[in-house]
Amino acid sequence: MNVVIAGGGKVGRKLVEDFNNEGENVILIDIVQSVCERVEESFDVRCVNGSATALETLNEAEIKKADLFIAVTENDEYNALCAVMAKKAGAAECVARVRNRIYFKQLDFMRSALGIDLIVNPEYATASEISRMLRFPAAINTETFAKGRIELIEFNVGEDNALCNHAIYEIYKKYKIRVLICAVQRGDDVFIPNGDFIIMAGDKLHITAPHKELTLFMREIGVIQKKLKSVILIGGGRISFYLAQLLIESGMEVKIIECDMKRCEELAENLPKADIVYGDGTDRNVLAEEGIDRVDSLVALTGIDEENMIISMYAQTRNVDKIVTKINRLSFGDLMERTGVYSIVTPKNITADMIIRYARAMKSAKDTEMVTLYRIVDNRAEAVEFIVNKESELTQKPLSQIRMSSNVLIAAILRNNKIILPEGGSTISVGDTVVVVTTKHLTTLSDILA
Amino acid sequence: MNFRMIAYSVGRILTVIAATMLFPLFISIYYKENIASAYLIPIIISVAIGALVSIKAPKDKSLFVRDGMVIVALSWIIISVIGGLPFFISREIPSFVDCFFETASGFTTTGSTILTDVESMRRSILFWRSFTHWLGGMGVLVFTMAILSAKDTRTTYMMRAEMPGPVVGKIASKWQFSIRILYMIYIALTALETIFLLLGGMPLFDSLVHAFGTAGTGGFGIKNLSIGYYNSAYIDYVVAIFMMLFGVNFNIYYLLLIRKFAQIRGNDEIKFYLGVIAAVTVIITFNIMPIYHTFSNAFRYSFFQVSSIVTTTGYSTADFVTWPMLSQILLVLLMFMGGCAGSTGGGMKVIRVLILMKAGIHAVKKAASPRSVLSVKTDGKKVEETIVRGVLAYFVVYMLFMAASILIISLDNKDFATTVTSVISVMNNIGPGLSEVGPSGNYSGFSTLSKIVMSIDMLAGRLELYPILVLFSPHIWKRSK
Repeated sequence: MNVVIAGGGKVGRKLVEDFNNEGENVILIDIVQSVCERVEESFDVRCVNGSATALETLNEAEIKKADLFIAVTENDEYNALCAVMAKKAGAAECVARVRNRIYFKQLDFMRSALGIDLIVNPEYATASEISRMLRFPAAINTETFAKGRIELIEFNVGEDNALCNHAIYEIYKKYKIRVLICAVQRGDDVFIPNGDFIIMAGDKLHITAPHKELTLFMREIGVIQKKLKSVILIGGGRISFYLAQLLIESGMEVKIIECDMKRCEELAENLPKADIVYGDGTDRNVLAEEGIDRVDSLVALTGIDEENMIISMYAQTRNVDKIVTKINRLSFGDLMERTGVYSIVTPKNITADMIIRYARAMKSAKDTEMVTLYRIVDNRAEAVEFIVNKESELTQKPLSQIRMSSNVLIAAILRNNKIILPEGGSTISVGDTVVVVTTKHLTTLSDILA
Repeated sequence: MNFRMIAYSVGRILTVIAATMLFPLFISIYYKENIASAYLIPIIISVAIGALVSIKAPKDKSLFVRDGMVIVALSWIIISVIGGLPFFISREIPSFVDCFFETASGFTTTGSTILTDVESMRRSILFWRSFTHWLGGMGVLVFTMAILSAKDTRTTYMMRAEMPGPVVGKIASKWQFSIRILYMIYIALTALETIFLLLGGMPLFDSLVHAFGTAGTGGFGIKNLSIGYYNSAYIDYVVAIFMMLFGVNFNIYYLLLIRKFAQIRGNDEIKFYLGVIAAVTVIITFNIMPIYHTFSNAFRYSFFQVSSIVTTTGYSTADFVTWPMLSQILLVLLMFMGGCAGSTGGGMKVIRVLILMKAGIHAVKKAASPRSVLSVKTDGKKVEETIVRGVLAYFVVYMLFMAASILIISLDNKDFATTVTSVISVMNNIGPGLSEVGPSGNYSGFSTLSKIVMSIDMLAGRLELYPILVLFSPHIWKRSK
């Protein structure tokens, strides 16, 4: 696939990296020469130095051959304009990043009027990701499949967890609850476990199940699933705004601490149900006064990574149940995540993931059955959703008789809107949706065969 | 330093080089030369070593700039040793240092030889010598990349180190595609030249060998009189024109193929390159007219020599040591310039000369009016200040390196012209120099030390200095904790 990306900022570079790793042909357009040089040095891609709104530059980037054009420069209008131009100049599909709230409100109109195939709003995407995390507080991370019916959650196995030092088959026997452990992250390694795999303290489990069973399972193993009722958001930026909206809808009490008076007034006007506080969220007196000791959860969303990290660490000492930290530059984010206490969100990754997912689906729509793809465990494993659209070796035998390659696991089968957690006797039939977790790179369902 | 990854990369190159030795092996069998072992032994050695270190890809694939440079420098030195083994084992060249010199001269497309009588050599040996030109012309790593699938993304550093010029233009989004396109062009041009030479009545073997020598801008001949042996104006012009073509940035041919003529017209480097060839050819033609009497003869020898020297090929049709001093000096100056960036030619590269000249003019202007703001432009675009500075720094390092080499060579106590032009010639990957190392001379008279120094000079010149300098700087080899 030929991908042309306009803008070599944080998201642009992440996209270059991801698409390049997937083996696509990438051409990056950036107006700054030094950005071009740096990208060409680190990745096997070509860079074109120039403005993405100049037809000359687009042509130099072989826009006519492009299957996908992605506009992720810093400016909304610029993105929309060059996406439209790219499409008219011959790109098959185009994606634009648009973050302005006014445009976002009229998203559907803009999409159809301008002919942009996908409009990504990083702040909104991040906000919805955080709201999912807050709804499932025991998990560090959650993903949903099959239009929200199947959940894949990541959680940390603590020292005192009942699962510790048990093989997976023992766990299934003991609790008799329909859950499936799909992937285990231990230190720097990722395992797709089989029944004999023994869980140890410090592991991060990725488990899947229907929502209800998952809640039950978490309760059984002693990870108490308390619904969060209140949240403090530090920083009143765009993510906070979207997040507050989403959380208020789900019935949570929201308090936003923002240190800019003007912004506070704006928020107060647009979010009448939220508590807007004018103050410095990095000041412990302010935090104490605003009730950090009483609140269930805290989300650190200031513009500075270090501040977010410090606030989160402080919140942990005040026994806040659930802490989410926004980190823009990921270099040191894993340091925090390793402790397992915090959930980390990185807007650029969320944006890049959305676009990659779209590209994958676009690519697969042509010849394979892939519906969605989620990268889990820091991109080291994938959960892929397939639709079974033809009879094959897979559909004729029960799963126990199919020889699957290692590091592949069928996590769930969705048939007639019902979730089946696969066992040895389960079968796959045409029309099912299948979720596969793997550390390999799958493009079709038949790739899972050994 | 990721030693595991360095070994892996070098190993892969060794395996590929071993495969290329199959060609001379077949030729030696075809001509019943009975020296199969001369090829089989190095093939077995390099396959064994190559397979040992590259059979399993290392887990940690990270490569940084210096790793890339070390890989390139190390690969070139190792293949020069391995590639020299056929000469050594077949006893065609008895001294090991001479073998190393000859192969380094081959791979770096220098074309300087220590052989006193090439015509007495076995055919397969002559073929291998010229084939190293063809392989080295585009680059050995590049060759490896083109045929082996490379999924490593960090190859840019290596490509940078091996491909000539201050900036490397990529024509497709992936290195492998870019390189394959360039190789197609390279192969097509080589084939075309072979056909033209055949049409001129040159035997097939000779045509092929000379096409290799021209394509890589190398210059190893198979006759003591080089191209002059054939004494045919047609052959002279075919070779001269093809030498000129191989000195052009290959991206230009790609632009031609995809019909982007406007971009070619806007390219300053090629305009300057062709302009210099035309101007110098005319001056030398008139300068040597008294020797050759007719204009057509003078033009023929002048054009051939200018094309041969500026592209750093080093073929000759006349002994230019006997030409007037003006012509000789002009040729020596051309040696410094070399071909265009992204061609197979050596030297400093036309684009660097162009940038140096413009920067020099600006320095003078600035001296007169210190407040003026000037920017160096090529192809109608501003050249980034970092690139200009890089070119200036390169020039300084290049001159220092050359001076140091000349100093060591002077221990041999040859005359001034020999000492200086031999170093200029090997460092710019040309072949012949003046006086003792002129077109009718050779490098066999130098001491072992000088030959080793010159071999290093050739490699340094071909790889544009930095990889070799990095390889020999001690702090690079310090192990991290």
